[in-house]
Amino acid sequence: MVKMADKPDGYEGQGFFATSLDKVIGMARANSLWPLPFATSCCGIEFMATMGATYDLARFGSERLSFSPRQADLLMVMGTIAKKMGPVLKQVYDQMAEPKWVLSVGACASSGGIFDTYSVLQGIDRIIPVDVYVPGCPPRPEQIIEGVMKIQELAKNESLRRRHSEEYKKMLESYNLT
Amino acid sequence: MSNQEMLAQTALEVLGDKALSSHSPYGLLTVEVPAEGIVETVRSLVEHPVLRMGFLTDLCAVHYPDDPGREIAVVYHLHSLPNNFRLRLKAFLPIANPAIDTMTPLFSAANWMERETYDFYGVQFTGHPDLRRILNVDHMDYFPLRKEYALEDETRDDKDDRFFGR
Amino acid sequence: MTTPDTQKQGQAPLVAHDSIDGEIAILNLGPTHPATHGVFQNVLKVDGERILEAEPTIGYIHRAFEKLAERRPYNQITPITDRLNYCSSPINNMGWHMTVEKLAGIELPKRVEYMRVIIMELSRIADHLICNSVIGVDTGALTGFTYMFQERELIYEMFEEVCGARLTTNIGRVGGFERDFSDAFKYKLDEFLKGFSARFEEFDGLLTRNRIFMDRVIKAGPISAERALNYGFTGPNLRAAGVDYDVRVMNPYSSYEDFEFDIPIGQDGDTFDRFVVRQQEIRESLKIIRQALDNMPAGKHFTDVPDFYLPPKDEVYRSMEALIYHFKIVMGETPIPAGEVYHAVEGGNGELGYYLISDGGRTPYRLHFRRPCFIYYQAYPEMIKGSMLSDAVLTMSSMNVIAGELDA
Repeated sequence: MVKMADKPDGYEGQGFFATSLDKVIGMARANSLWPLPFATSCCGIEFMATMGATYDLARFGSERLSFSPRQADLLMVMGTIAKKMGPVLKQVYDQMAEPKWVLSVGACASSGGIFDTYSVLQGIDRIIPVDVYVPGCPPRPEQIIEGVMKIQELAKNESLRRRHSEEYKKMLESYNLT
Repeated sequence: MSNQEMLAQTALEVLGDKALSSHSPYGLLTVEVPAEGIVETVRSLVEHPVLRMGFLTDLCAVHYPDDPGREIAVVYHLHSLPNNFRLRLKAFLPIANPAIDTMTPLFSAANWMERETYDFYGVQFTGHPDLRRILNVDHMDYFPLRKEYALEDETRDDKDDRFFGR
Repeated sequence: MTTPDTQKQGQAPLVAHDSIDGEIAILNLGPTHPATHGVFQNVLKVDGERILEAEPTIGYIHRAFEKLAERRPYNQITPITDRLNYCSSPINNMGWHMTVEKLAGIELPKRVEYMRVIIMELSRIADHLICNSVIGVDTGALTGFTYMFQERELIYEMFEEVCGARLTTNIGRVGGFERDFSDAFKYKLDEFLKGFSARFEEFDGLLTRNRIFMDRVIKAGPISAERALNYGFTGPNLRAAGVDYDVRVMNPYSSYEDFEFDIPIGQDGDTFDRFVVRQQEIRESLKIIRQALDNMPAGKHFTDVPDFYLPPKDEVYRSMEALIYHFKIVMGETPIPAGEVYHAVEGGNGELGYYLISDGGRTPYRLHFRRPCFIYYQAYPEMIKGSMLSDAVLTMSSMNVIAGELDA
């Protein structure tokens, strides 16, 4: 069965439908997010389960994994990010084209988790901005899917001007990103 | 006398006066050997026609800060697959100059294990082909598993020590 | 994508015969390349598509397990072991429990040991399923992956019945299991055993005797038995090279000596042999599980060690003694003898050893994990030398290197 995305609010009549551009674009973006799986450890295995037949992330238009940062919309960071990995993660984020979202999956990526140790980065939000955090160690596939759905909500409702605003630029600058 | 006991006795005989002390905690013969000439000591066990301890199971170090002159212990676990006999060797090193010969001529497996031991404890394996840090970042300036260093990430400021009993 | 045999034996000339003007390029593979399954970085020196040299860098998820273990009471170390080889965490948990039991001299009833065997063999199946289906993915056969991940879900559901978690299970305790196998678990295991073999043989039929797959994996990334032993290989990778070393047989733990099973071995130590050995081990694991179920002794699911085994929760509320034990265990004030112990179990990818030194304190003085894939992954440059880039990817996936275990 083919499931169609709901159309956004707008004015409708015989042979026409009018709505604002950012709603249409938001709808398109939200239902075709191309994730870049930055899977390092345990959460990555649960992500494999999420991609598998039982949970099937394809239902949300995200089955096309983009291993190239250039074509990815959603950076899914899954697993512990050690300090050694930090610069790599930052570079991958930097290489992604706008608009981009970041989903931090699991306790390690979100806060360092149980690994409050000398070698682990205590949360990826110390080096890149994060849109949605998914708790759990590791989160169940359902939780990862919920995280993706939250990202879809953000993508759907984002104003087209957001990425050009002063606020957004300032936020990037605070992370030493341009 | 069981087979394992006989092998243990043979091992002690082969080590001879190299065996500074020995005991068998939980059935695993543990022998302290001098750090000098460790490769030859192990080689005599590997090439012995009966023992044939040709498998390096594990190599790691332990830090005993309260034992002056013998702060770092390098521990080798050897396994003789034909005899199914395990043996643990220990060599103690002073922390001022923790240097011991590399085991890489005998076992290729020792390469990364020694790099890890260097990374954690700063043990200098003389003659190692590529003694660099392996797990930590290259610019780290201390040896994190020594007892005096803290476990926690020092950059965290969201922890209130009062709530952690520190 | 086959290459002439001579070039797969690791003896490629420095400039291969199909090289373009002998031009040598440096290629950085990883740490985030999708073909590297996680976080392995390899700087390759390539001539065209042929690998001349490889320089692996690891440590991208170093989490300081060993230091962490020095600050934690014994029962709080179990969750750390989960995250070593997270494809088969129950084996790691059991290995740790057994190490502490060995140190403290705790004897277990047969029933607990048989229950442990069932759980460990289930997780071995899950581990091998992941590895083998991913070899399929790397050769371009995604179908097997989608088939076998459904089976793996069934195993995870069973783990959930026993301990409540799927992947990082923290299953069992020192001294037994937190609860007996429930009826739901028994039912699910029964259903699994009924249906799994047929579906697994279907997966096997898709790949093992498939000409395309065979051409792709035979002679890819070989290693001889002698080199494998010198490199400290253990587990399926060593057995694929032709050495029948298995901890379950050589140093039986948890009553493995009671079961009849074969150790499959390969011949060439190449990707195909590793694949086939794992496939065969899955069948052997099923045999062990059936035997353990058939001969399951009656009795309790734990042994009487109040110092280690948490009392039932309702007793904690009613009896003073139980409350004291509960408090002591949770706060990590359990009395532990001083001593040093090495215990090894056959993990999903080799001999997983725990070298524990206790000084009688509330935490281990030193805990070292012998992580099989950390030790055998260093043979990787030698194994892929002279082969094609695409074979290097296959070799890595067939070695079953798990990042969490590699970097500790």
